[in-house]
Amino acid sequence: MLLFAAGLAGILFLGLNAQPTSTVVLLPDADGRAGALELRTEATSQSLDTAYASATSTALGSFVTRTEDPDTVRQRYMQTLAARPSMPVSFLLQFEFGSAQDITPAFQPVLRQLLASLADYPAPEITVIGHTDRVGSLQDNDRLSLQRAQTVRDLLVQAGVDPSMVTIAGRGEREPAMPTGDEVARAENRRVEINLR
Amino acid sequence: MNIRKYATVCAVLLAQLPVGAAEEAGMVKISKGAVMVERDSRQLPAPVGTRIFSNDRVKTGSDGSIGITLRDNTLLSAGPNSTVDLTRFSFDSTTHAGAIDATVRRGTLSVISGKIAKASPEAVRFSAPGMTLGVRGTSFVIDAGP
Repeated sequence: MLLFAAGLAGILFLGLNAQPTSTVVLLPDADGRAGALELRTEATSQSLDTAYASATSTALGSFVTRTEDPDTVRQRYMQTLAARPSMPVSFLLQFEFGSAQDITPAFQPVLRQLLASLADYPAPEITVIGHTDRVGSLQDNDRLSLQRAQTVRDLLVQAGVDPSMVTIAGRGEREPAMPTGDEVARAENRRVEINLR
Repeated sequence: MNIRKYATVCAVLLAQLPVGAAEEAGMVKISKGAVMVERDSRQLPAPVGTRIFSNDRVKTGSDGSIGITLRDNTLLSAGPNSTVDLTRFSFDSTTHAGAIDATVRRGTLSVISGKIAKASPEAVRFSAPGMTLGVRGTSFVIDAGP
């Protein structure tokens, strides 16, 4: 009877002070490696840095860690994982020197690839960002980069993309793909990035 | 257009904007079953294409699931019977500075972290009952327990 009372008191004590509990499972990235998480309760902290490592917080604020079976995790969180949006993708196009019109011949395959990808992106958002090399003034390059983005937007719209999905921006020579000194004509920097998400 | 009609149109347009013009956080890309967004204590349906704002609460029913792409390319998805608060979201698309603060109140949330976590991991915080998570990448599931 005494034991029972002590047990009951213990349960009540735990119940009153009990922390709610949750579980976190670290998943592998697209490349198969895992990132890292730092978990905290009021009492302690726990890091996770291997794929399928999990930690469950306890009522007392500690963690129980283990390595989960990948199939079990996929099964347990099937509906959650099935609702993950597609990973955003980027496409790159290069322009001829000084031009806002002359896209290198590589554009057609890029355009076909992008149009084919659209099916995987419900409510697609496309951002087109123009860049220049470092020849010319900052101002001229801001203008040229925006014109390049407009050219690409127009081509996308001609190919049937809904214009309301597309936003454009020009970054001029401010974000070179390959850093160079000023007034250097580097082909890699004359580009337009198309981001689809 | 007479004044009354004009006033009605304005009221309708205003009603679609979130109060206090919260920052746009992302867009619903996948929506299955019963899914809704709670904004300024109103419950709104959340079909594909719905814009999500900072301070929104996302809820799913027993047959519901939702996938959201945030503006920094963070991918979120919630499974059935879930309640997730996107307490704070801000993102500067030029500098990639910003902040994410989200809480899983019940159910499950899968996360693939985006540009904010890369640029300033200390500004990304997820919480679940009994714990908080700091994120240094990249893909994980939060299960708010039974």
